[in-house]
Amino acid sequence: MAEFSTPTTEQQFAENFAQLKPVMNRTEALYESSRCLFCFDAPCIKACPSGIDIPQFIRQINSGNDTGAARTIYEANYFGNACGKVCPTEVLCEGACVYNLQEVKPIEIGRLQSYATTKAIKSGKKLFGPGEDNGKKVAVIGAGPAGISAACELRTLGYEVDVFEAKAQPSGLTVYGVAPYKITNEETLAEMAYLQSQFGYNVHFNSAISSRDELAGLENKYDAIFLGIGLGKTNELGLPGEDKINCTGAVEFIAELRQHHHEVAVGRKVIVLGGGNTAMDAASESSRLGAENVILAYRRAKEEMGAYEFEYDLAKGVGVKGLFNVAPVEITGNGYVAGVKFIRTETKDGRVQEIAGSEFIEPCDMVIKATGQAKQTEFLNLIPGLKLDNKGRIIANAHTGQTSNPKYFASGDAWNGGAEVVNAAAEAKLTARGIHAYLSK
Amino acid sequence: MPDLSINFAGIKSPNPFWLASAPPTNSGYQVMKAFDAGWGGAVWKTLGVPVVNVSSRYGGVNYRDKRLVGFNNIELISDRPLSHNLREIEEVKKRFPNHAVIASLMVQSRQEWHDIVRASQDAGADGFELNFGCPHGMCERGMGSAVGQEPKVLQMIVEWVMEVAQKPVIVKLTPNISDITEPAMAARRGGADAISLINTIQSIVGVDLDKYAPYPIVDGKGTNGGYCGPAVKPIALNMVKNCAQHPDVRLPISGIGGIENWRDAVEHILLGASSVQVCTAAMHFGFGIIREMTAGLEQYMVEKGFNTIYDFVGKALPNVLHWEDLNMKYKVTANINEDKCIGCQLCYTACEDGAHQAIKLNAGTRVPEIIEENCVGCNLCSLVCPVEQCITMEQTDSGTEHLTWKERTEAGTAPTEFEDEKAGGRHHWVPEPSAALGKERHKTLPGKARLYSGETEVPAGA
Ligand SMILES: Cc1cc2nc3c(=O)[nH]c(=O)nc-3n(C[C@H](O)[C@H](O)[C@H](O)COP(=O)(O)OP(=O)(O)OC[C@H]3O[C@@H](n4cnc5c(N)ncnc54)[C@H](O)[C@@H]3O)c2cc1C
Ligand SMILES: Cc1cc2nc3c(=O)[nH]c(=O)nc-3n(C[C@H](O)[C@H](O)[C@H](O)COP(=O)(O)O)c2cc1C
Ligand code: SF4
Ligand code: SF4
Ligand code: SF4
Repeated sequence: MAEFSTPTTEQQFAENFAQLKPVMNRTEALYESSRCLFCFDAPCIKACPSGIDIPQFIRQINSGNDTGAARTIYEANYFGNACGKVCPTEVLCEGACVYNLQEVKPIEIGRLQSYATTKAIKSGKKLFGPGEDNGKKVAVIGAGPAGISAACELRTLGYEVDVFEAKAQPSGLTVYGVAPYKITNEETLAEMAYLQSQFGYNVHFNSAISSRDELAGLENKYDAIFLGIGLGKTNELGLPGEDKINCTGAVEFIAELRQHHHEVAVGRKVIVLGGGNTAMDAASESSRLGAENVILAYRRAKEEMGAYEFEYDLAKGVGVKGLFNVAPVEITGNGYVAGVKFIRTETKDGRVQEIAGSEFIEPCDMVIKATGQAKQTEFLNLIPGLKLDNKGRIIANAHTGQTSNPKYFASGDAWNGGAEVVNAAAEAKLTARGIHAYLSK
Repeated sequence: MPDLSINFAGIKSPNPFWLASAPPTNSGYQVMKAFDAGWGGAVWKTLGVPVVNVSSRYGGVNYRDKRLVGFNNIELISDRPLSHNLREIEEVKKRFPNHAVIASLMVQSRQEWHDIVRASQDAGADGFELNFGCPHGMCERGMGSAVGQEPKVLQMIVEWVMEVAQKPVIVKLTPNISDITEPAMAARRGGADAISLINTIQSIVGVDLDKYAPYPIVDGKGTNGGYCGPAVKPIALNMVKNCAQHPDVRLPISGIGGIENWRDAVEHILLGASSVQVCTAAMHFGFGIIREMTAGLEQYMVEKGFNTIYDFVGKALPNVLHWEDLNMKYKVTANINEDKCIGCQLCYTACEDGAHQAIKLNAGTRVPEIIEENCVGCNLCSLVCPVEQCITMEQTDSGTEHLTWKERTEAGTAPTEFEDEKAGGRHHWVPEPSAALGKERHKTLPGKARLYSGETEVPAGA
């Protein structure tokens, strides 16, 4: 039976999707920050893609300087609040904490980070402001972690910044993709509002840039253009029956869930296809929405899944069952999904091979494809001279973010092929400096 | 089963744990409750001419996540009518004839001392403790630490008390003095039966950053108070030791200061105390802590084969020498257990910035390395290392040589002038000052906009 009953109210939704890393109270933060050793050349800093001076901000919390702590965090990472909650800290900062080597629980760096930044956001204190106007303008496409971080940094450097966002809300996948038990919409949007009030960039919502003409307009009006468009829709699998009702992409399903919470319906028996972190999220979320049975089907062995171990544990913890070494061959059903026909596989010399004659049908009433996001190659091809690599990722200089069209710069998922919020935030900061270096020449 | 009972200068008590004269001994209700819980004795909250107290009156020192590692108060002596206190003392003694009830006293004139000693004697007190220690409020009126700081006055008052006292008299000393043995000797000259120490240390525990006033704050203002709690134990232990070692003091000592568990008590006893008194810990955690204290003390005695408290009173004293009598030939060197090291490198910064630059970092590992030639065996690294038994100080001398500063002085081999080649520091390795500059890793860590470099991962498009 399902571990969670189907939530029918916002309150039940909040219970089923209770925060994994709730914001600490003052006592908790005091106790936890007391434990930090203030390591020399601290390994946690090196493990954080955005290089936050972690021991410094923890010590600031411990001495009652929460505002200073927030400043330390934001100086390195504009998504400081979100990252504290959504980062895979187990493999990043907290994974590097020296306490692990002593078999002691590592410092809860992520939660301390959210503690300090939440306080700053709630207080609305002015910590940062735009730099002196330098008369130049930059257009940012996409208001995700990459786009917003670039906008903040560009503003501190004195640029006028216009952000163009296809959707109705800022923060990209932080509000449309990340699992709701990691961060709430309110928290995400509060940080966005705080950043905008501090830095004063303009955001144009519901303003997808989609034609050559629109791009040409930006090229004429702005000195540089930042691409923070992320990835696209869920990849098509090319299977027969993929168009059946209740066969959906994980990204689309999760976006719905983040926006409409308990109003999103889930099947009674759900099959999630994939072995990455998005698959784990989609499976966990289905279970928390009250699905009776959730099966995670992956074409290789359990050990070969791309997902972090703690993410799989999290899914298992809410009743998700794994089905390994199976490849889907068809979505069955008559109009509606009725099951998935699988064929068993084995891995030989690193290659997945199907075992002839081993087909079977696993019945279900919903299929979620968590098989990766497509690249927005069609859109990117509208940019003259912009080169993509063979996987559809934008080619750009690792340090400056400049693409093969000198006016265009890129960061985040569109450049790195899909990583974490913290990577997008860190890269975009660096790229904003790359833009500055280029325009200051 | 070891025997925990004591006979302290004639005051008998089923165990050496007494509540010190303070709020926990303010009333018969509290003292009975404490005896019921297992305390061996109680020194009643100081009796004297009635006073009026202010609020608030306590201040605390919280260290990181620990509350009240230090505690202070600006409270005065008992603010209850003397007759109420005396009646309650009588009742407590009736119900607990074998427990120690000691009347703490503080008045001014000879007549007042005579009256109050007689009155509390009549109430059944087993002894007296003369409060010459209170460092705030009372001293300004010529009592408390004002007396404790004037050996002659102290001696005179003790003499007055001895004229009428028929029960043992303990003199409670103030630490607010440069040499604690002077009032201790004055107490002995005056005829006192015992001493107790320490009373609180004059202090300001903190200042409110918004109200610009010291804690505790009384209507926006404050005053210096008396410091106590775990933080003062080291000071108390040293003073207990000084009194216990002094050949002209030779009085039983009741040890007070920072006692919170059986270990603290044993430390006081090993340095010469034969009863111990507790205040802050009882105020912080209640009377129930006595169970852990007596149980721990008993267990310690069983393990060490001690039958009575007197088997180990002052047992550490022979090992407390003057600096000039320590063996300068004894050498230890730090040793890092690589398997235990967690790579925090706290030892490295401590030695590099705070000691002798005897630890180095090597590429490819976070485990620091001791540079033996440079290590002076100061101990700092092992004190900062957060892992138990990871850095140990290993003896590196031959163990056969013995030479003290006193012996060197007597032999004329001690340095006597500023540029003397015989000075110890000469042979310690010290880097040239300019080598400190430009050490990349010593500069403040990233923090501000550390650039993300894709160096560790292969960037998609690079
Ligand atoms: C299901 C899921 C769960 C995830 N969970 C986590 C997690 O727990 N922790 C974590 O750290 N990371 C997680 N990630 C990854 C993380 O969300 C991304 O790495 C990060 O959001 C990338 O930021 P970005 O700015 O590059 O792209 P995005 O967040 O995708 O933002 C791109 C923005 O650009 C807009 N846009 C796109 N094209 C156009 C256009 N032509 N015109 C105008 N606007 C446009 C989009 O609407 C979007 O708002 C998850 C990702 C997914 C898919
Ligand atoms: C190991 C050590 C050695 C010290 N040596 C001296 C000294 O030679 N001269 C001196 O005036 N104070 C000396 N001090 C005292 C310090 O200067 C300082 O007054 C004391 O440590 C209190 O300050 P703190 O606890 O805030 O550090 C020494 C302290 C320590 C811990
Ligand atoms: S940003 Fe993420 S990885 Fe970096 S310190 Fe914060 S929680 Fe850890
Ligand atoms: S590694 Fe852990 S203990 Fe060391 S500085 Fe970082 S958080 Fe603190
Ligand atoms: S302080 Fe201890 S644990 Fe830390 S690096 Fe030094 S030896 Fe290792």
